[in-house]
Amino acid sequence: MVHIKRLQEEGADIIAIIGEIDASSSIELDLAIAKSVGDGYRKILVDCSGLEYISSAGLGVFMSYIEELKDKKVFLVLFGLKERVLNTFSILGLADLLNIRETKSEAKKLADELSV
Amino acid sequence: MSALIFWVVLAFSDITVLFSDIKALPSDVPKWLPQVMLDLFIISLFYYYKFKIERDESLNFTDLLWKVFATGLIATVISLAVRLLLFLLGSTPLPTNVLFIDLVYHINLGLFINFLLAAYTSWKRLILYQKSKWLIRAWLAFELLLLCILIYDSIHIVVSSTLSNTAIVLVSALGLVLSFNMRWVAYLNFKQKWTSLLLLLLSIFYLVYFLYSVTVWSDSISQQSTAFIDFQSHIFSIALLAFVITYITFSFLVVLFNLPTSSVFEQKLEEVVSFQRISQSIQTEQNEESVYNILLESSVSAVFADAAWLEMKATDSEQKLYTHKITAQESKDIRAHLEKNKIKGALDQSSDKTKNLSKHLGSLKNSRFRSLLAFPIKVKEETIGTLALLKELPEGFNKEMTRIVSAFANQAGISIENFRLMEEAFQNARYKEELKIAKTVQQSLLPTRLETNLDFEISAFSASADEVGGDYYDTLRINEHEVALIIADVSGKGTTAAFHMSQMKGIFHSLAQQGPTPKDFMAKANKALVYCLERGSFISATYFVINTQTKKVHYSRAGHCPVLYYQAAKKQAVFLKDKGTALGMVRSLDYYNFIENQEIDYQPGDVMVLYTDGITEAKNGKGEEFGGERLAAALQDSAQKSSKEIEENVIKHLYEFSGTEDINDDYTSMTVKFQ
Repeated sequence: MVHIKRLQEEGADIIAIIGEIDASSSIELDLAIAKSVGDGYRKILVDCSGLEYISSAGLGVFMSYIEELKDKKVFLVLFGLKERVLNTFSILGLADLLNIRETKSEAKKLADELSV
Repeated sequence: MSALIFWVVLAFSDITVLFSDIKALPSDVPKWLPQVMLDLFIISLFYYYKFKIERDESLNFTDLLWKVFATGLIATVISLAVRLLLFLLGSTPLPTNVLFIDLVYHINLGLFINFLLAAYTSWKRLILYQKSKWLIRAWLAFELLLLCILIYDSIHIVVSSTLSNTAIVLVSALGLVLSFNMRWVAYLNFKQKWTSLLLLLLSIFYLVYFLYSVTVWSDSISQQSTAFIDFQSHIFSIALLAFVITYITFSFLVVLFNLPTSSVFEQKLEEVVSFQRISQSIQTEQNEESVYNILLESSVSAVFADAAWLEMKATDSEQKLYTHKITAQESKDIRAHLEKNKIKGALDQSSDKTKNLSKHLGSLKNSRFRSLLAFPIKVKEETIGTLALLKELPEGFNKEMTRIVSAFANQAGISIENFRLMEEAFQNARYKEELKIAKTVQQSLLPTRLETNLDFEISAFSASADEVGGDYYDTLRINEHEVALIIADVSGKGTTAAFHMSQMKGIFHSLAQQGPTPKDFMAKANKALVYCLERGSFISATYFVINTQTKKVHYSRAGHCPVLYYQAAKKQAVFLKDKGTALGMVRSLDYYNFIENQEIDYQPGDVMVLYTDGITEAKNGKGEEFGGERLAAALQDSAQKSSKEIEENVIKHLYEFSGTEDINDDYTSMTVKFQ
């Protein structure tokens, strides 16, 4: 079960994930990111403070966007990851491929720097 | 047949008795015998037809009439043959002989009664078609009264004239009332009605002919012999004749007057059949398209439309058009015209009501159509298409037509819905079947035998959930001193996971035997896999090479769960957390920078536990995860034992923790114990 909310702040699109992401709910995450990209945002911040668990399918969603976002010059930053969730990202080596920050302000700062 | 023989015997005995009766007046044969014989003859015939006609279920209405007609025909032919014989005999004394005439008369009478009884039994079936309790009682009463009359005829009890009159009135009234039961006529189609008319008419001719000939014969006999009992005094025969004539006349008239309306009945019947076709079309492996075609066809024929089209939503933006006697262009023009005139909710898909749009057609030039009727076709409250019917006549559709086609459209909607549900169920079944196959494939991919060595022993365990996962482990001997090990977890489940797993196996077996460094192995595997892994799929793996000569383990981790390593010297189990990204995540040559070569010097007594995330993420009833700490503790517990025992201990702890044998993920582990 997952709830995904989107809100805009200073030109950045913030996607907040609340709950768990497994094989079936990963589709919702995929849709949310696709919509955000489709809407033309260049800064996408993913709020993971409410994310309790992410399965390999959910990680696959983030992974699948890496190259597309690079080509489109869209910057995606994750923030507020719980230790367990962050551990999942790092075990898979996905932490090295994604931009991950601890807080929202740090994430925003990074996105601003990158998009300049 | 026995009844027929019985009849012949009876008829002859009857005549013989009559012979003697007339020839020698003081005969030794009693006078009542012919009467009784006649009765027996009638009763046996009655039962003969009862079994022949009444019990035969295969007879339909025209068959019944045909039976009557055929009986009449045979009877008439025989009668005519006798007449011919008489004619041929010419002026010989025989034809004027009373007895001979009597014989001829009796042949005719027998044939006549035979014909009457055949007709009577047939009428019974026709009348009792769609019987009610009341009708059966009435018929029973009628039959009983006839039987009474028959008995009265033979015994000649003197009854008061009032009683006999009442009986006559009662029989006539009952016969008349029964004769009004003509429901069967409605079930005849046009052709059958014509056949029935012809058969009935011919049967009437036979009746008249027999009535005439029997009367003539009997008259000529009674003129010469007073002892002769005229059939006219036989009330039963008269009553039977009256009934048969009444019913045959009624039937003839009713069928005749029903001729013009038969097309309506046929139309109704056709509608029912069309209905059935629409609802059954689904069950016979047909597709939605055939439902549409049947709907179009039956709607057109039900309302005599000159043209029609059916527009179905194929996808969100696309429409599919089925037309009948109208070109796609014409229908497009009409729709465009209606749209231009801003007639809302007409043919657009949002319409949910049946609409008569005829009045709007008047303003469209160059169109041959003057009436238009549109129906929505709905599946689960959602309109999926529109049916439009056209006529060249103005005001061409009446309320009944609208109702019928609307019912068709509804039925078609239901059929399509059923079809889709069935399709879904079918897909589900197929998916389950696929899973079964995938599971067998997956199991067959796992090795049945693991490499061993004097330096180490390996045990492996794998249990999978109902859904197929993609856990894989394997071993391969590279050379005398080196053995390669792999543990991998394919993301996703089901057939694709099993498919990727088999690719991984292929890669492992082909690459490992060339003895690359673990890092090279990963880089090459990644390069091979990026072309087959779809977007969002990846494989986490750890590849080991155990060298027994250098007593080293070389390995590279690609996103897989960290290795749990027990050092016998320190009596401590630790997770080897090092860098490494899963296969398929980085699709460029950069991947080389995301993985590392690692090495461990192993000592006797060291234990290495490889596992997939199914084990560390296994949950208990409270939703807690088994986690790395419990795994490490389970290893530490039994590290002195053999690899098999260590593994069993870990599994035991895992099942105890989760509290159930039902696993929701795949559990895979490989335990290596160094000696």
